[in-house]
Amino acid sequence: MDKNNLLIVSTSPHLHKKDSVSKIMWMVVLALIPAGVGGVIIFGTSALRIILLSVVSALAAEALVQIFLKKKISIFNGSACLTGILLAYNLPANVPFWIPIVGVFFSIIIGKQVFGGLGQNIFNPALVGRVFLMASWPKYMTSFVKPFNVDGVTSATPLMLLKEGLSADKIPYLDLFLGKRGGCIGEVCIIGLLVGAVFLLAKGYISWHIPFIYIATVGIFGFIFGPSGFFTGDWIFQILTGGLVLGAFFMATDYVTSPLTRKGQIIFALGCGLVTVAIRFWGGYPEGVSYAILMMNAATPLIDRFTRNRIYGTGLRKS
Amino acid sequence: MIKEFLKGLVKENPTFVLVLGLCPTLAVSVSVSNGIGMGVAATFVLLGSNTIISLIKNIIPDKIRIPCYIVVIATFVTIAEMMMKAYAPLLDRALGIYVPLIVVNCIVLGRAEAFACKNSVGKSFFDALGMGIGFTLALVLISSLREYLGTGKILGFTLAKGFEPAFIFGMPSGALLVIGLLLGFFNLLKNRES
Repeated sequence: MDKNNLLIVSTSPHLHKKDSVSKIMWMVVLALIPAGVGGVIIFGTSALRIILLSVVSALAAEALVQIFLKKKISIFNGSACLTGILLAYNLPANVPFWIPIVGVFFSIIIGKQVFGGLGQNIFNPALVGRVFLMASWPKYMTSFVKPFNVDGVTSATPLMLLKEGLSADKIPYLDLFLGKRGGCIGEVCIIGLLVGAVFLLAKGYISWHIPFIYIATVGIFGFIFGPSGFFTGDWIFQILTGGLVLGAFFMATDYVTSPLTRKGQIIFALGCGLVTVAIRFWGGYPEGVSYAILMMNAATPLIDRFTRNRIYGTGLRKS
Repeated sequence: MIKEFLKGLVKENPTFVLVLGLCPTLAVSVSVSNGIGMGVAATFVLLGSNTIISLIKNIIPDKIRIPCYIVVIATFVTIAEMMMKAYAPLLDRALGIYVPLIVVNCIVLGRAEAFACKNSVGKSFFDALGMGIGFTLALVLISSLREYLGTGKILGFTLAKGFEPAFIFGMPSGALLVIGLLLGFFNLLKNRES
C-alpha cells in the first residue's frame, strides 16, 4: 500500500512497530508447522501431499484472480498460503486429490476475493472452503484414516463415535493429546498446535482472550451437560477432540473476521463456545467448530458496533 | 411491438436485470424440468393478466387498483394450477406451493403496475410474452447449472462420466451461490459494454 494513503487513527505519540500484515501472516504459518509435522507423522505422506497441493493451489487461485482483476499480485504476503494450510489441516488425510484444489479455489475466490480481498472478507476463507466441501462431498469429508496405518483403513473420529453412542473403548487422554486418533490432518496433534499457539501468544500476535474463553466455554458446558446427568461430562475429552484447539487458536483469532475490542472478543469467544457445544450435543453433525466460528464471524460487525470503546473524556458522567 | 417483446429477454430480463421474482427462482431451480414448468406457468399467467388488465385499465378505480390486479392474476393462477393438476400431476407435486404463489410473484404484479395499466393491449401482450420467456430462460440457465453441478445430470441424462456431483448445489445455499455469481457475471458484462 502507498505510504501516503495510510489512515492513522490513534492519538499521538506514535511508536512505529515493525510488524507488517505479511510478517504476521508468515509467523502464523510458521506456528502451524509443528501441527502439520505431527499430522504427517501420524497419517503418512498422503497428508503431506494434501497440504502441498492445497498451498500451491491457494497461491495459484490468488494469482489468477488478481491477474483477472488486473490488481497487484500479492501471493507472497502469506495470506493465501495461510488459507491453503488451514484448509488442508481441516481435511481428512485420505481425500481424493481434487478435494483440496476445489476447496481452496472456493476459499480464495468466493470466501475472500469476491468481497474485495484480504481485509474485506466477512468469513474466514479456509472455513468457507471447508464448509463448502462438507456440504458438497460429505462422503469424502467424513471418512478418516486410522492413525499410523499404511493400508488406509478408515476409522471414525472420537466425536463421531460419541454421537452414535459407541464410545465403549475409550481413547486415553495422552493419545488424544499426542494425536493418536482419527481426524483431520492438522487438528489431531494437540501438542504441536499448542507449541505454535504458545509461540504466537509469546510474540503477542494473538491475545489470549478468544482462544482461552472459547476453549473454557466448551469445557465448562461439556462438563455441565454430561451424558449421564448434569455435571458429569468428560470435559477433557470435549476439549481434546474435534478441531477445537486448531479452531480456537488459529481460526477464531483471525484479525479480519474477529471483533476489534477486548469486550467484543470475549462475547465472540463465548458465542463460539456455546454454538460448538450446541452442535456437538444436540445438532446433526458430530463436530461444530467450523460452523460456530463462521456464525460468530457473521455476528462480528454487530458485536463491534455494540462494544465500541468510549472516547476518552466523554460519555461517562451526565451532570 | 417487437421492441416490447425483445426487451424482456436480455436488456430488461426480469431475473438478472430487474431482479424480480427471486423467491420462486431460488426455490424451484433445483432441476431443469421444474424450471421450465415454473417458467411456462408464470408466462401463461403473465399473458392473461397483462392482456386483461390492459383491457380494463380505464374502468379500474385508481385507489383500489392493486386488489383488482390481484383478482385478475389469481384467476389465471387458479386456471394454471388446475390445468397442471390435471395434465402434469408430477410437475404439480414437484412445484408444490410455488404454483399458487405465482399470485404474489413480483414479475406479474410488476408488469401489471408498471406496463399493462399504461399501454395498449397489443403492447402489453408482447411485453408479457417477452418477460415470461425471459423469466423462463433465466430459470433454465440457473436450473441447468444447479442440476448438473448438484446431481451430474441434466433432465435426467448423465452428461459426463466420472463427475462427482457437489450436493451443495441442490440445496438453498447452492441456489443463492449460483444466482449471485450469475448476477455478478451479467453485471460485469454490462459494465464492460458501457
